[in-house]
Amino acid sequence: MRAAVIVFPGSNCDRDMAVAFERAGADVTMVWHKDDHLPDGTDIVAVPGGFSFGDYLRCGAIAAKSPISRSLIAHAGRGGYVLGVCNGFQVLTETGLLPGALMRNADLKFLCKPVHLRVETADSAFTSGYAAGQEITVPVAHHDGNYQIDDATLDLLRAEDRIAFTYADNPNGSTADIAGVLSSNRRVLGMMPHPERAVDPAHGGTDGVAMFRSLTDTLVAA
Amino acid sequence: MKVRVDVMLKTGVLDPQGEAVRHALGSLGFEGVEGVRQGKVIELDLAETDAAKAEATVTEMCEKLLANTVIESYAVEVLG
Repeated sequence: MRAAVIVFPGSNCDRDMAVAFERAGADVTMVWHKDDHLPDGTDIVAVPGGFSFGDYLRCGAIAAKSPISRSLIAHAGRGGYVLGVCNGFQVLTETGLLPGALMRNADLKFLCKPVHLRVETADSAFTSGYAAGQEITVPVAHHDGNYQIDDATLDLLRAEDRIAFTYADNPNGSTADIAGVLSSNRRVLGMMPHPERAVDPAHGGTDGVAMFRSLTDTLVAA
Repeated sequence: MKVRVDVMLKTGVLDPQGEAVRHALGSLGFEGVEGVRQGKVIELDLAETDAAKAEATVTEMCEKLLANTVIESYAVEVLG
């Protein structure tokens, strides 16, 4: 399984993401944002956390217009897998690959702490290693994680079982406690919490491992 | 040609920063501030000299980059 991790100026979770995929058995290539194509045979593109372009204009807005983002959108359009974490989730909403937008946390504070998440669906390559309803602990580290969508979109996400994770104790004001959402073809996941920061006992927890393992298993079999 | 863009959160979208400003005004003794909405102003200096074309171009810029139309509205004003 081949994973590509995009690196923007200001990305800071790109290496953690690479390690998480490598430990799950993936071949990982780092891709600079000015590159205009992804490596041949890329199965999944990871858009990592950080502060791409200094969060100028809006979080993820400039990154979403980078040359590599056109390839990212084309990859998703072909049915390719995409994982966006934290700033990566913000980038994916800015590209339009995922609905909604991420706004300043309701209490205006930067949050950096482990949070309890509820796995809302096991029906995706990202979440098939968990059981629906399972509670996992993964860290968040964000200032703009307040996920906002309109009522009609929320109804659609619920009807299509596209809410991947919710917060057990909503830390940022997100609509319906949403921490992560899937695209309609279930191959694009965006989430604010960091599964790649929970893959080693030294991280304080390993609840993120199941995501990278199930992705690797699914994509090797594909 | 100078063009000014006002970007505001859409009506109904909660504005936590505006709300914090409203609370701060209250604590300073300014009574009766019933709402505060915080947005941003973007000023562009364009080579274009035709006002209609400038407005059309900046509108396209807003749709593609300057505003996130999921949560934000924008207004374009050609200043001349």
